[in-house]
Amino acid sequence: MSRISISKRKRSASAVADVLIRIGAIVGALLFIGIVLAIMGYDPINVYGKIIQTPFKRFGGVMNYTIMLTTLSLGIAIAFRMKFWNIGAEGQFYMGAFGAAAVALSMGDLPPIVLLPLMFIAGFICGGIWAVIPALIKAKFQASETLVTLMMNYIAIAFISYLQYGPWKDPAALGAAKVPNFSENAVLPEVLGVHSGWIIMLVLVVIMTIVLKYTKFGYQVDVIGESETTAKYAGMNTVKIMIIAVIISGGLCGLAGFMQASAVEKSITDSMSAGLGFTAVITAWLAKLKPPVILVASFGFSILLQSGNSLQLMKIPSSITEIMQGVIIFFVLASEFFINYKITWHGKNSGAKEAA
Amino acid sequence: MDIIEQIGLFLQSAVQTGTPILFAIVGGILCEKVGHMNLGVEGMMLMGAALGFTVACATGNPLLAMLAAGGAGAAGALIYAFITVTLRGNQVVTGLVLTIFGTGVSGLIGSFVSDKQIPQTVREAFSPMEIPLLSDIPILGDALFSQDIYVWLGLIIAILAYFYLNKTKLGLYVRAIGENPGAADASGINVTMHKYINILIGGFLCGLGGAYLSTAFLTTWQDNVTAGAGWIAVALIIFSTWNPLKAIFAAYLFGMLRGLNYKMQGWEIQIPSQLLTMLPYIATIVVLIFIAMRKKKENQPPKALGESYFREER
Amino acid sequence: MSQPYITLNNITKSFDSVYANKDISIDVCKGEILALLGENGSGKSTLVNMLSGIYKPDSGTITIDGKEMSFSSPADAIKAGIGMVHQHFKLVDVMTASENIVLGHIKHLTTSKKRMAHHVEKLNKKYGLNVEPDKKIYNMSVSEKQAVEIMKVFYRGANVLILDEPTAVLTPQEITALFDILRKMKQQGCTIIIITHKMAEVMEISDRVTVLRKGECIGTVKTSETTPQQLTEMMVGKAVELEIERPKCCDYTSKPLLTVNSITKTNTDGVNVLNNVSFNLYGGEILGVAGIAGSGQKELCEIIAGLVKATTGSITFDGEVITGLSPRAIIKKGISMSFVPEDRLGMGLVSGMSITNNVILKSYNRNPGPFIDSKFAKKLAEQIVNDFNIYTPSVNYTVKKLSGGNIQKVLLGREIWLSPKVLITAYPVRGLDIGASYNIYHLLNEQKKKGVAVLFIGEDLDVLKSISDRLMVIHDGEIVDIVDPDSVTKEDIGLMMVGEHIRKESAQ
Repeated sequence: MSRISISKRKRSASAVADVLIRIGAIVGALLFIGIVLAIMGYDPINVYGKIIQTPFKRFGGVMNYTIMLTTLSLGIAIAFRMKFWNIGAEGQFYMGAFGAAAVALSMGDLPPIVLLPLMFIAGFICGGIWAVIPALIKAKFQASETLVTLMMNYIAIAFISYLQYGPWKDPAALGAAKVPNFSENAVLPEVLGVHSGWIIMLVLVVIMTIVLKYTKFGYQVDVIGESETTAKYAGMNTVKIMIIAVIISGGLCGLAGFMQASAVEKSITDSMSAGLGFTAVITAWLAKLKPPVILVASFGFSILLQSGNSLQLMKIPSSITEIMQGVIIFFVLASEFFINYKITWHGKNSGAKEAA
Repeated sequence: MDIIEQIGLFLQSAVQTGTPILFAIVGGILCEKVGHMNLGVEGMMLMGAALGFTVACATGNPLLAMLAAGGAGAAGALIYAFITVTLRGNQVVTGLVLTIFGTGVSGLIGSFVSDKQIPQTVREAFSPMEIPLLSDIPILGDALFSQDIYVWLGLIIAILAYFYLNKTKLGLYVRAIGENPGAADASGINVTMHKYINILIGGFLCGLGGAYLSTAFLTTWQDNVTAGAGWIAVALIIFSTWNPLKAIFAAYLFGMLRGLNYKMQGWEIQIPSQLLTMLPYIATIVVLIFIAMRKKKENQPPKALGESYFREER
Repeated sequence: MSQPYITLNNITKSFDSVYANKDISIDVCKGEILALLGENGSGKSTLVNMLSGIYKPDSGTITIDGKEMSFSSPADAIKAGIGMVHQHFKLVDVMTASENIVLGHIKHLTTSKKRMAHHVEKLNKKYGLNVEPDKKIYNMSVSEKQAVEIMKVFYRGANVLILDEPTAVLTPQEITALFDILRKMKQQGCTIIIITHKMAEVMEISDRVTVLRKGECIGTVKTSETTPQQLTEMMVGKAVELEIERPKCCDYTSKPLLTVNSITKTNTDGVNVLNNVSFNLYGGEILGVAGIAGSGQKELCEIIAGLVKATTGSITFDGEVITGLSPRAIIKKGISMSFVPEDRLGMGLVSGMSITNNVILKSYNRNPGPFIDSKFAKKLAEQIVNDFNIYTPSVNYTVKKLSGGNIQKVLLGREIWLSPKVLITAYPVRGLDIGASYNIYHLLNEQKKKGVAVLFIGEDLDVLKSISDRLMVIHDGEIVDIVDPDSVTKEDIGLMMVGEHIRKESAQ
């Protein structure tokens, strides 16, 4: 009789095996999707070709997504490292956009050198406040932050929607519910063909790498994530550290909102996030919460997001890209099993017989 | 129209608005009771909506449409169950991905049927039926006894789910799994099987809820037809403290809130509708704080919610 | 000897290519109590978990009543009549006793409170137990929970009972009651396997003893034909000196280093988990603390360390009141606390991090500026690994992958490196084998000789009696007495642990 046994790996699989398994999963997913596409009557090589060409043909569009996703994922990552399950990036993004817009709309005459930093700060603060509310609720009442941050998303979206249809409605838009466009001064300038948010993004990646890896604060965040009781025991003020980390988390998501509002929308709408606040949870997880990897994962995802438009030109429904995102992550999720668990096959062993 | 009739009609539409969400809440409760938080409700609803619509158009058979919708939701749930139960993957990520995936699948299916219309047979089957005599009772007659089959089904399913979870041995087993899968396993309960069954039934119900929106409310396909109903359901699962009977209340209350939203536009009171939209979410946060404060052990989320179970864990 | 009822034949089981059991063969007869003896980590729990269907053996066979079995789940084992009381109870907290008891084995489609309670009452009568059917598990004491676990086994009609460390959490009196039940079951023809590492209990209850060491079966002997010394040798592999040294180096006429003054702690339910606790701790002594698990040990540690605020009362250290100071300020004063909870890694260590990141846990903040001094961290880790003979491939190795003894050494090493004046240590040898335990006792005695005041919260009364200069017994958050460990018997301590005052002769 042969038996298969599954055991949790005590020693994790080697780093190389780890990466290989993941790449294998992604390749497997692409093959799988390719077969499905072929069955459906599309030419998979053509589809993949279009997707691969996307970053060259529509670099700006891909970068817009990358800037949003990376910044959101960085925000999510610092909270997740602390095991503070912030899935409220979406709401923090909108509140950040709101903060930036409030500044842009009320002080649009200020020169860009003053106005943009003010918008930056407002975006950070508003996003931070939106994240710190669930953190305070957690600290005070021990209510699950996963659920509270999730709820806060919808409150934020409804709030933006309220502004758009109510007090901030542009009277010049002839009845259409739309927030007025920002003044020129409130728009992030382009650098090398892409809005300058990419510089902010790269700086943030560097800063977050250093903060998480080399500072006492990053160490404290990791210790709290591993065990809050140990952190307290070591004399850390866990509530204070948690609040600061969550403000940074929400603040970063707010910055993503500021950049999108300022550079891309040049205004705000109640659908400007396109659900990326949730996608960012996936990219952050995919990157194992490591800032440099987040950049790579976000770029990859952005190609998929952007290529939806090119596919539509080929008369292929753009929803294919959503399905592809889903299938790829499903495969990666499944592959995690082989990284975390070890499957052993015990060959025929002496004297063992099949029980009746 | 006199005021009584107005109230009756208002409640009638509130119940209808609440019904798809009721399906999803009950489905979500079944899933969370075995310890699995499924953020893929929206995705499963959309898959059910799309396939239900397609089959309704293709066959004109209302029953087949419902089965297909439930089947689509259950298929989504099967992916989720395989990854989170068998492969012990991260539940939050899997759920979120399921929503993205489901949106994509629904969009793809929808792109094939965008020019189709729900056939008359299906439309009739899903239109409100007046129950003789009972439907003449003021207010209640309109609110409860002039409703379509989905409304009734939703009510029955919620009551059955309550009975199943709280009065049957399987329900006791299920609750034990959600609280302490190790204890349930050591008692000889087949943890994996119960998890699969509940997650799949949950997915089936979510699919049905989605199909109600696409086949009974509308006659042509509309992309993203659920418009966030799945997320409201995720909120209301908590609002109803994992109790299917309270879920009825939660869903209908939400329906009234939505209805109020429209009504208000004709009234003199001017509360912006978006602020009313916030209410269920704010209420859910308040409930979360409240149950956390009261610390009553019975109202807490299932203790093993979100954790994978591995028997040979050491 | 009659035909064995259960036979385990050449059982092998490995976890991630480390053998937990290697070629183990044992047999047990009907109406027999077999003790499985072995140190922590010798593979006892793994072995019985295979008999109860939790683990699957990699190879080897299990035969029950002449039939070969292959358990793929606990359900299979239950069907074969095997009942197991796990070391960490497998109970659903929010459910009642009766719901837990019938769980998995309800014959009717619906549940009925009355029917369930009826079953429980019947079993109460039959076995002389006292389980309240409608009491919620979260309201129960440890021994009540154990009674529920045992009744679960009875309810399923098991004729094989396996108990994994059943006495670890019980008082001597409760142990006596448990053993009475076991003898009753034995008379009724049940087969019983009991895991323990307490020699006295093995000698008292078992018919035969099987000794395991490092995953291998060393041998099986009749209890009546062996001695504790022989068993210990089998267990440890060499003759060991069971004496713990106790150097006298405390001057009780000097001022106490730490004074705990009328500390009361009321928890959120309004219960006093500590009630008017007062004692002195002197430099150069080990003050042992004995008590049933959950009698306030954890709270006492946390209050001294500043993690939790006392409701009333004060603590003075070296003449200065420290109540109300932050945990960090208290660490800086030289009071070091290491609490080893049941899972060993919960408080004190960050299991997922490297040794380096663990040793700096209390000193990462010593340099100014926002950055971690990584050079210092590496040096410190290397020094501690060196000084305490920690066996590890590198200082960057993740702590949870180390063996139990090495993990504990990392913890104590870090605390001792801080050269504390007061060392509070709770359950420092939990989960360690004898050799590693003695290492730890030695380290504590070294500290004591340096004049450190040591508060030692322990479980094993034999150890507490031998290592402590004075022994404080607590019950239900109150100090029952502080006694000279040489003037009391273990039974006396047991009685005090349940709140009876036996004043013979008080220590200083």
